[in-house]
Amino acid sequence: MAITPPQLRLELAGENAFILYLEPQQISPATAAAVQYYCSLLTPLLGQHLTELLPSYASVLVQFNPLTHSHLSLQPLLNQVLQAKAAAAGQLVQQSSKIVELPVWYSAQSGADLLSVAKAKNLTPDEVIQLHSSQSYQVYAIGFAPGFAYLGELPAELAMPRLSSPRAKVPAGAVAIADRQTAVYPAASPGGWHLLGLCPIRMFNPQQQPAMPVAVGDQVRFIPVSEREFQLLGGAL
Amino acid sequence: MTQPNHSACLKIISPGTLSLLQDAGRFGMTALGLTQGGPLDGHSFAWANALVGNPLHSTVIEHSIGGLIVQATAGCTVAVTGAVLPLRLNGKAVACWQAISLKAGDELELGYMTQGLRAYLAVSGGFAVALQFGSSATVMREGVGGLHQDGSKLVAGDQIPLAGQATLPALSTPDPQVQQFSLPPLASAAALTKAEQKQAGASTVLSLRLLEGYQHHLFSTVERARFYLNPYQVSTHCDRMGYKLSGSAISCSSRALLSEGISLGAVQIPPDGQPIVLLNDRQTLGGYPKIGTVLSLDCWRLAQTPPGSLVQFSPLDSYQVHNALALYRARFSPAAKAAHPQHAATQEPL
Repeated sequence: MAITPPQLRLELAGENAFILYLEPQQISPATAAAVQYYCSLLTPLLGQHLTELLPSYASVLVQFNPLTHSHLSLQPLLNQVLQAKAAAAGQLVQQSSKIVELPVWYSAQSGADLLSVAKAKNLTPDEVIQLHSSQSYQVYAIGFAPGFAYLGELPAELAMPRLSSPRAKVPAGAVAIADRQTAVYPAASPGGWHLLGLCPIRMFNPQQQPAMPVAVGDQVRFIPVSEREFQLLGGAL
Repeated sequence: MTQPNHSACLKIISPGTLSLLQDAGRFGMTALGLTQGGPLDGHSFAWANALVGNPLHSTVIEHSIGGLIVQATAGCTVAVTGAVLPLRLNGKAVACWQAISLKAGDELELGYMTQGLRAYLAVSGGFAVALQFGSSATVMREGVGGLHQDGSKLVAGDQIPLAGQATLPALSTPDPQVQQFSLPPLASAAALTKAEQKQAGASTVLSLRLLEGYQHHLFSTVERARFYLNPYQVSTHCDRMGYKLSGSAISCSSRALLSEGISLGAVQIPPDGQPIVLLNDRQTLGGYPKIGTVLSLDCWRLAQTPPGSLVQFSPLDSYQVHNALALYRARFSPAAKAAHPQHAATQEPL
C-alpha cells in the first residue's frame, strides 16, 4: 500500500531537542508508518549524538547531546535530510510489523466494566468480546507508565468516554478501553478506562530482555481464553 | 575502577525527609515508557562528584529538605553540595563543598536546609549499585532503580556498598559564585530590610528562562504577554515530576492534542491555565499544550525553590540558549575546571 507522505514540521522542544510533527496530526496507520520511517532515518543520521528518540502517534521527539550539538548546528542538517527524504516517504510501503498475540480472559469477574459497556452500547457481553478480539491493533505509542502501550483503533461500536471519576486501583494485566483506544495495564495503578478482562502476559518486566512484548509499530491481537487457560498462562486474579 | 570492597558501606542511620540514589539519569529508554530521572540539581550533583574525584555522572545520594544521617563502615572521602545546610561530622560542624575524610564509625549529619531543597552526597570512588536499564537513578513512581532496583527510597538500615577508590584527581572547593549557582533567591529575602535587599543586590523573584517551542503558536500575543509579565508562585504541588505554579491563568487556542514526547523543563498549560514545569520524573508522553521549555540551568534552580516563592518567565531564542549553556560550561561547570582529560570527556551532565 502506497502512502501519501505527511507534511513535516520541525519545532524546538528544549535546549537539546526538536520535535518532528507529521501533519495532519491524526491517528492513522499511514501516519504511524511514517513515524517509523522517520525514526529509522534519524537514528543513523544522529548516531551516538542522539540521546532519545521518542515516537508517538504523529510526532517524534529527537533529543541530542548538547555538548556536541546545538539547534544551530543541527537544524539545517535535519531540514535538508528530511526534505530530501520526504519524497521517498511517498513510496513508503507499510513495513511488515511484528504481530503479537495477547491472551485475554474476558468476563464480568475479570473485567469489572464488561457488563456496563455491553449495556451502554446495546450489545451482549459476547458481542463486546467478539468486537474487541476480532481485529488487530496498531501500537501507536508507549508511555504514561513503563510498558503502557496505546493501541488503536478500537471499533467505533465500542467507543466509550473515560470513566467520570478514575478508579483508585486498576489491577496489573487489566485489558481496558477508552475512546477509540485499548490497552493492557502493565502494573496496578489508578485508571479511568473501562475494564473488559485480564491478560496473563506481563507488559513490563524489568527482569526480562526485552522488557516489553511489544514496541511502537507492532500489531497486537487479543485472543479470548478461559479462566483455566488464563491461570495456566500464569495469570492470577 | 578498582575492585569493589563489599565490606565498605555507607550505612543510612536516618534517611531524613527523602533520600534517593541518583546518577545522571536514564537515557534512551523512553520507548519503554521509562522516564529520565537523575538529579534535580545537575550543577550540585556534578560538583559533589568532582570534589571527590569521581566521573561527573557517578551515583550519589540526592537528599531533600534535611535530616539525613549516614555512617561510614570503612574509611572514605565524601563531599556534600547543593542547598545551604548545617553539616556535622560526629556532632562537630564541617563545611559543605569540600572533600571530608571519614573513618570507620564516623557519622555525618545533614541538618535542615536554610536555602534550597536538595543536597548531594558523593563518596570517593562512587557507590557500587547495580544498574537497571542503564542507570541507577531511583524513580519511585516507576519502581525502577535505586539500591534494590525497585524504585524504593533509602530507609534506615540500608547499607550502600562503596565501589572503591576514585580514579580522577579531586577538584578543590569552588568559589562562592559556583557554590551558589543553582540556589534560589533567599526565601526570606522578602523579610529583609530595604537596605539589606539593596546590599544583597538580589531580586526575590527567580527568573526562569524559556525557549519557546512545541505549541507556542497556539498562544496568542496577549496570552504570551500575560505569561511573561506576571510572576507566578510555586504551589505546594511540587515534586520530582514537576512544579505546578499559580498565578495569571493562560489560555490556549488548542483543540485536544495527540500525546507527544515531553522534554525536561517543558511548561505545559492544562485547562485551568496554571503552568506546570515538568522535571526529571515527568511522564514521557503528554497531551496538554506546551508553550516552551525552561533552560536546564533554571530547572535546577526551580527544583531548589520552596513553595510560596515567586518565579517569572522570560523568553530566550536559540542563540541566547546556546550562549547561556556555553557560559555555564566555561564558568561554572566542574567539567571546565578539571585538568584531567577524562573529566572533559564526560558526556553528562552539563
